Amino acid sequence: MHFDAFDRYHDKESFLHRLDPRVKVVVTIVFILSNALLPDGAWLAFLTAWLFLLLANHLSKLGLGYSLKRSIIALPFALIAITVLFSIPGNPLTTLRFITWDFTITDAGLLRFVSILIRSWLSVQMAILLVAVTRFPDIIHALEHLRVPAVLTTIIAFLYRYLFVLTDEVFRLLRARESRSAAAIGTRSGGGVFWRAKVAGNMAGQLFLRSYERSDRIYNAMIARGYAGHLYTLNPHEMKSRDYYVTAFAVLIIFLMQVIGRF
Amino acid sequence: MPVTHIKNNFKAPECDGDILAVNDLHFSYPDGHSALHGVSLKLCEGDKVALVGPNGAGKSTLMLHLNGILGGKGEVEIAGMRLNRDNLPAIRAQVGLVFQNPDDQLFSPTVFEDVAFGPLHMGLPEDEVRARVEAALDAVRMTSYRDRLSHHLSVGEKKRIAIATVLSMNPSLLVLDEPSAGLDPRARRTLINLLRDLPITMLVSTHDMKLVEELFPRTIVMDEGKVVADGLTMDILKDEALLNAHGLEKP
Repeated sequence: MHFDAFDRYHDKESFLHRLDPRVKVVVTIVFILSNALLPDGAWLAFLTAWLFLLLANHLSKLGLGYSLKRSIIALPFALIAITVLFSIPGNPLTTLRFITWDFTITDAGLLRFVSILIRSWLSVQMAILLVAVTRFPDIIHALEHLRVPAVLTTIIAFLYRYLFVLTDEVFRLLRARESRSAAAIGTRSGGGVFWRAKVAGNMAGQLFLRSYERSDRIYNAMIARGYAGHLYTLNPHEMKSRDYYVTAFAVLIIFLMQVIGRF
Repeated sequence: MPVTHIKNNFKAPECDGDILAVNDLHFSYPDGHSALHGVSLKLCEGDKVALVGPNGAGKSTLMLHLNGILGGKGEVEIAGMRLNRDNLPAIRAQVGLVFQNPDDQLFSPTVFEDVAFGPLHMGLPEDEVRARVEAALDAVRMTSYRDRLSHHLSVGEKKRIAIATVLSMNPSLLVLDEPSAGLDPRARRTLINLLRDLPITMLVSTHDMKLVEELFPRTIVMDEGKVVADGLTMDILKDEALLNAHGLEKP
């Protein structure tokens, strides 16, 4: 059984797919940083960023609306910023009453909230696009090339590899519970809340123990093939002149966004 | 009820143990559970040997000793090298250990990286690593799977890739732990053909007696941490008393 829910890569033959993964990772990070640095209410700069994103979508051949559709899932997280609506001093717009508390929305607060929403929405879309046009192992290679510490890239690589094994394990446990969650005729299935909580706790413990023992077996398999504390990989990527041009072009546009946003 | 060990009359084929010589190996796990009581066996170049016995007989524990993952009391000699701390890296290149669960063996994101893992850690140059990966994938007939992601493969495919991950180290001894477990008939058949065609010394632990009969001229029976029989497969499979005493079945 395979759970491909985490595999967002879309195999296609496009300009973006062919770019060196380093370029894509760097441009994505610079784009996200730039968004974070744009001042509140820099509408023209936000528009430029959005056009840049549309261009990237277009070049990926996944369709102009590709990242937009998938970004909606991340929007609820932006609601964490909702407190800025009330906490930034400015001219009061309206007051909400919640039991005994008054929450006053200010114009500066609203401006900041909308700006944060747009920034995070743009950034999430670029990250979604990165994952859609770059195979995950390539992203890890790119991070290795970019001098991200080996411990981190190794943890990410293992996480990626065993996420699937772990979800399979979880679904097997859930199914085993399901198939024994019977009820005698005339009674209601499932015991008390505490009993069920205990079962769930035991399952979580089981999962931890199984993962722990699996990690032992994996480590054995690694040392059996000569692992001695350092991971070596062959990275088949090579930066071509096109990759440098694209990086320069993208960074220039992002720099222009900053100029537009600030003046 | 303690198992009464029947005295066996099988004579192991004459062999001085040029690939593997284990002499009087004892091992207890840290929790006190004792797994090996004086195991001795010898393997020579070109031997294909089955290791059978009930669960808990010590087969897997023995296998983990062959490249020094576990270290018990006794002697292990691989290709003339006495296993000790200093030549552990050299020994690990000589013994290709394939674990039972391929998900434990294939830990890299892509097939290529997994097969390249061993050669890279042997410190080989890049060209040599690539050549070995190609040769190993070709030996298990999985060349077209080079860039696939390991978690998208079927169990049979994973097993074959797992074998490729150790073949790429050019080992002189292949050690497999229950290779046919969990395979459907077709994948099992492919695996049998593959093992038959590999020109390499191998020690294979299994419960699949049909596989033993078909593939291995020599069989070693283990029970309760001891070698209880070592001889020609056809002789051992004829001896029903021996098989019954150790929880085995005639194929």
